[in-house]
Amino acid sequence: MNPLKPRSRRRVAPEGPGDGMRDSALPQVACDQDRRRVLGIAGAVALALAPGLSLIAYAQSGSPAGAAASARTRWGLLIDTAKCTPSCTACVTACSSYNGWKNEGRPTDPQWIRKVQVSDPSTGFSRSVPVMCQHCANAPCVEVCPTGASFKRADGIVLVDRHICIGCRYCMMACPYKARSFVSENLSDQKPWAPRGKGTVEGCTLCVPRVDAGKVPACVEACAREGNGAMTFGDLNDPASPIRRALAQHPAVQLRADLLLDTGVRYEGL
Amino acid sequence: MSVVHYREIAGRSPGYWGLVALLTAFVAAGLTAAWFMEHIGHIITGMTNQVVWGMPHVFAVFLIVAASGALNVASIASVFGKVAYKPLARLSGLLAVALLIGGLSILVLDLGRPDRLVVAMTHYNFRSIFAWNIFLYTGFVAVTGFYLWVMMERRLNRYTRMVGTAAFLWRLILTTGTGSIFGFLVARAPYDEAIMAPMFIVMSFSFGLAIFLLVLMAACKGTGRPLGDVTLMRLKNLLGVFAAGVLYFLLAFHITKLYEAEFRGAEAFLLLNGGIYTFLFWFGAVFLGGVLPMLLFWLPQTRRSRAAVGWGSASVVVGGLALMYDIIIGGQAWPLSIFPGMHVSSSFYDGVVNFYAPSLPECALGLGGCALAMLLILLALRLLPFLPESVLDDSGESHSAVAGTSTAPGAA
Repeated sequence: MNPLKPRSRRRVAPEGPGDGMRDSALPQVACDQDRRRVLGIAGAVALALAPGLSLIAYAQSGSPAGAAASARTRWGLLIDTAKCTPSCTACVTACSSYNGWKNEGRPTDPQWIRKVQVSDPSTGFSRSVPVMCQHCANAPCVEVCPTGASFKRADGIVLVDRHICIGCRYCMMACPYKARSFVSENLSDQKPWAPRGKGTVEGCTLCVPRVDAGKVPACVEACAREGNGAMTFGDLNDPASPIRRALAQHPAVQLRADLLLDTGVRYEGL
Repeated sequence: MSVVHYREIAGRSPGYWGLVALLTAFVAAGLTAAWFMEHIGHIITGMTNQVVWGMPHVFAVFLIVAASGALNVASIASVFGKVAYKPLARLSGLLAVALLIGGLSILVLDLGRPDRLVVAMTHYNFRSIFAWNIFLYTGFVAVTGFYLWVMMERRLNRYTRMVGTAAFLWRLILTTGTGSIFGFLVARAPYDEAIMAPMFIVMSFSFGLAIFLLVLMAACKGTGRPLGDVTLMRLKNLLGVFAAGVLYFLLAFHITKLYEAEFRGAEAFLLLNGGIYTFLFWFGAVFLGGVLPMLLFWLPQTRRSRAAVGWGSASVVVGGLALMYDIIIGGQAWPLSIFPGMHVSSSFYDGVVNFYAPSLPECALGLGGCALAMLLILLALRLLPFLPESVLDDSGESHSAVAGTSTAPGAA
């Protein structure tokens, strides 16, 4: 085993603030969370009774904490742009707070997520849209990274392995969404669950420690709590999940769908 | 026919040591800049999260592309059997290696984590053109180094053509890889064209030969070694053709782009209303890099002038740097089209032309890499016999190579 390889390709132990936050208070995510809790219990029971049944249960709800990420799960986000108001930046603030990055308005500052004001010049139709790493199935950043530091977990989350990122920034050139930032200066007050490093590239992790702990990303939680519940997080592979049901009922688009990157983040109402 | 005699340069004159000292100072400045960039961070450069590759990359890619082209003369001699150029083949190989080392030094020292070079050498993602390039670049140094050895070691001379052909093919693949770094960027309108690979190859022919001519003329003048007019004028004509080739590829590239509606915004920016980028394209890349050298090389008033060869070659180099700046920086200045056809704005500079101003450390690092290449050439010329004692023409004064298989006068 290569000691340079972090364990980040596997699920990590639950960490971070918000552990005590009650997901059940969040209408958008409550269903998904409840379902996962129930399935978790069911999985545990099934584990005791019949290993075959437990496999079926985890296929629907993701792998348990501490286990390797599973390709049976494809984590994704659905953003209902009709519910996203231009003045609301709860998702951005929550991401910044949870992951410890700060945007002070300089072009060198990181922005793992940002609100983009979009308007059609011919009709005046406008939307305010949160844009972050789209967690592409065919991620250009993963393709171009010379060392493999940009990688995609089995469950579709695209991450940067800070241990082997050499800071060449080719992934930033290749990303169609400008979703990555380069750390240009010394850092302080880092969050233990979101390590960053000067001279390396970073971006949205879909709050992977929270997801691995059975929670939703910080932006989704904040949107439900302070915004209009415009974000739905869940397993795109699970036909019964709220995100899949919503995608089946309403048209949603992928940004730069022409590139056929099969993004994990989808937008409704664009 | 005469046998070519190679000899090290004396390297004792104040001019030689003055130049060595000057180049060493530039190298030291480049290393100092790299040290500050690593310890303070890239915050001291002009690069941002919008323009992620800056001035160091302009110099680095220019040198790497030129390195490939600097091998032209050796290839003409070894691969295409033009004996007249054999006396210059060693210098050609030396330039190729030195320029590549200079360019790679800049790239490595600009990395966010240059201390992780060993990681780059031990972890590979073979879907990445960057990873391929790590092999292509190091392999090019090895193959060209071996090629030089074969040329300089009398017992191995018979392998010159074989090794020279390998080096020739290698450099074509290498520059294909360099062009593809940009050609593969499908999401960025100013890139995303397969033609960038062959365009970079023709650019390498032009930039590399221009630098070769400048070094050759300077070395011969500085050491008092004769340089025949016919050889020089043939190479000058070849450079004119290469410069025209670059213009042709630029024309084909931009016409292709203009044909596609999705790229017209980027094209209008780069070709019409992009400020410095438009200026650098038309005045730098087109005029200095192509039109002026061709005029100098072929107008009746200047076509036989040595000074015109020098000025034309220098013009190609300056135009080449301008083109590289236009491609690398201008290409990033144009915003990404995440929502095609829509007006966008954000705190992350979506939808606006990205600002970039090169900083002193970036320029110092870039110039330091150029100085390193020149320093390596100067020192190598003093240590080993790369330069012939004379480069006279084949009109009654032609040379055969030391162990050349052909005695026929070469014709370009």
